[in-house]
Amino acid sequence: MGNWIINHGLSSFILLVWMAINIFLFLWFYFFYDLGDQFFYTRHILGSALAWARAPAAVLNFNCLLILLPVCRNLLSLIRGSFMCCGRTMRKQLDKNISFHKLVAYMIGLMTAVHTIAHLLNVEWYYNSRLGEYDDLSTALSSLDDSGNTTFLNPIRSTTTTPTLLVFTTVAGITGVIITLSLILMITSSMEVIRRSYFEVFWFTHHLFIVFFAGLVIHGAGRIVRSQTTTNPPHNATFCKDRIDDWGKIQECPVPQFAGGFPQTWMWVIGPMILYVCERLLRFIRYMQTVKYRKIVIRPSKVLELQLVKNGFKMDVGQYVFLNCPAISQLEWHPFTMTSAPEEDFFSVHIRSVGDWTQKLISIVEQLPEGAEGPKMGVDGPFGTASEDVFDYEVAMLVGAGIGVTPFASILKSIWYKFKDSNPKLRTRKIYFYWLCRETHAFEWFADLLQLLEREMEERGMGSFLTYKLYLTGWDQSHANHVMVHADADTDVVTGLKQKTNYGRPNWDKEFEQVRKENPTSVVGTFLCGPAVLATVLSKKCVKYTDVDPRKTKFYFNKENF
Amino acid sequence: MGKIEWAMWANEQSLAAGLILLTGGIVGVAGQFRDWEFAAYAIAAGVFVCLLEYPRGKRNKGTSVERTGQYCFTVCVKSFGPLTRNYYVRAFLHAAICIPGGFLLATVLGCVCLGIASLIYLAAAIRGEQWEPILPSKESARKPVGESIKLPPQNPPPRPPAEMRRKRAEDLEAAAYVNPIAVTANDD
Repeated sequence: MGNWIINHGLSSFILLVWMAINIFLFLWFYFFYDLGDQFFYTRHILGSALAWARAPAAVLNFNCLLILLPVCRNLLSLIRGSFMCCGRTMRKQLDKNISFHKLVAYMIGLMTAVHTIAHLLNVEWYYNSRLGEYDDLSTALSSLDDSGNTTFLNPIRSTTTTPTLLVFTTVAGITGVIITLSLILMITSSMEVIRRSYFEVFWFTHHLFIVFFAGLVIHGAGRIVRSQTTTNPPHNATFCKDRIDDWGKIQECPVPQFAGGFPQTWMWVIGPMILYVCERLLRFIRYMQTVKYRKIVIRPSKVLELQLVKNGFKMDVGQYVFLNCPAISQLEWHPFTMTSAPEEDFFSVHIRSVGDWTQKLISIVEQLPEGAEGPKMGVDGPFGTASEDVFDYEVAMLVGAGIGVTPFASILKSIWYKFKDSNPKLRTRKIYFYWLCRETHAFEWFADLLQLLEREMEERGMGSFLTYKLYLTGWDQSHANHVMVHADADTDVVTGLKQKTNYGRPNWDKEFEQVRKENPTSVVGTFLCGPAVLATVLSKKCVKYTDVDPRKTKFYFNKENF
Repeated sequence: MGKIEWAMWANEQSLAAGLILLTGGIVGVAGQFRDWEFAAYAIAAGVFVCLLEYPRGKRNKGTSVERTGQYCFTVCVKSFGPLTRNYYVRAFLHAAICIPGGFLLATVLGCVCLGIASLIYLAAAIRGEQWEPILPSKESARKPVGESIKLPPQNPPPRPPAEMRRKRAEDLEAAAYVNPIAVTANDD
């Protein structure tokens, strides 16, 4: 139980606060409309349906405010930087920004459904009331017109319209339909299947949020929700409701007056909208800055290494940048983890050919004549990830699966530079590195890096600083035969490294036991860049092997995601 | 953007539209709206669209992810042959189904969503996409194993190379071993 609190406590607390605010807003506005005297006559026609429509509207206001914030990545980087003093756990919450964005989106979807259904009922009942199908009071209220000394309550003024026609002739109606449609299109194109396979469809359709917010802000401009205003002398609804014929004739019952509510949504969302505009502006400014090529290398297995230089560019380990190549596509920005260390005077990315954009880039570069400058490139970033925290842990367990090994190139290089310079910021004394992949073809460049580090450590007699284990999960009989025959060789046949390759998946219990045995009093940070399944396994192991006793070994789990 | 299979998005959109049509229909009937007959139609149409769109089609490239429990729906939809395989048919079907929804406010949203799904299906059909059922792959994909593996071995296990078998003069004790099978010549 204690272990769970250490690892998940703060996230659960934040979610609880968010949910509590939602529930509070819902109940507050529900009772405001369900009990308020100024809505007495409205409730006579509509019952509780108005309250059921206005309560989710308040929750929607709150959530539409929140939804823009997690996607302002530059803002988040800024917050992360200024929180350097406040401890790891706070900063880790910022990694979960996309999950929070999705959660808020689900809430918006749900509340939109409730809001729309309630208003459907409202429109239908207002319509019936206007046609005189309910009691006398209802008919009298609905026939109050916006002329002379009366103001209307029922927004349906004509008796020859239909609910559908009404919706399309009011600001609230049209904007409501348009923004709900945008929301539905955004949601269907963000389904995991579509997002993982056809990112462009997701990205371009998601820009309908501009339509959504524009419509949302003017949705209330028609002031269609009416409440009773105080007249002089005051109109007491409980007394006057049975004396319809006497309205305007007796002292106690002047004709009741109504006015529309002031639109409030813009007050909620204007702040985040401005922040988001600033965010996009910043991304554009960064795009316009010149990026020069220092070196272009084509690595084995069609991996492209680009070493780039940009004025004023400062990075931290394991961060990523977004690259844009106008020659391939004006609008597409793709994220790549940087593989260089901050101590170097350039930044590099290793790009594998996995889709349209990357393939085109590699073919453009392959056709370049010797020594020519590469295609114009826009760079946005760097953006922070959990890896910046690696140096704070005395012992680090780094797990890279498949392409997830890339940020660790940056981390390992940086650790080595810091170690050589005896940088005091480096608290790490021991690193355990686990590299899992099906086959090493696309990562030969990483194997080269490990070989280099291995050699340098041996030269300084620091062999025990870095312990790494390789796991080839895609082995077959021919692999096994090959290894059996060369079992006595000094270096591994597959990678050329001193450390032997293991086959199959790691036994995490054994690994965690070993780390705990060798470091009985340390705080161990576990960093993963890989599939979600592995994240669940590792976070469970971290919880399992963490001791509640603060003097003993404690494991903290950090996951990178893109 | 060239490799997009529009049918995948059209499928998500039409499933959502089916659900919205269904919900609008339920609200219309439960609230006893004027023109509730359209709402009743919308319930039926919504259910039909959901059943038709629930099974995902097989992708041309890449792994197809099934929805939970979609196998029985796949079989039903497959049995209609070209009617369900062809996306032109689906596009026009959805366009036709959505029209009555436009007459009642509660179902208008479902109508428009289904209309949009119909347009995306039209785009998919023009690009030549088709609905292929996702069926469980047959087990015979494994390499057929020869019958001989089921019989007991005919030969003794392989021995290390002659070099290692040679008796070493320096270490007679360790070099001694007991033969499992008698190697002395048969005298009879």
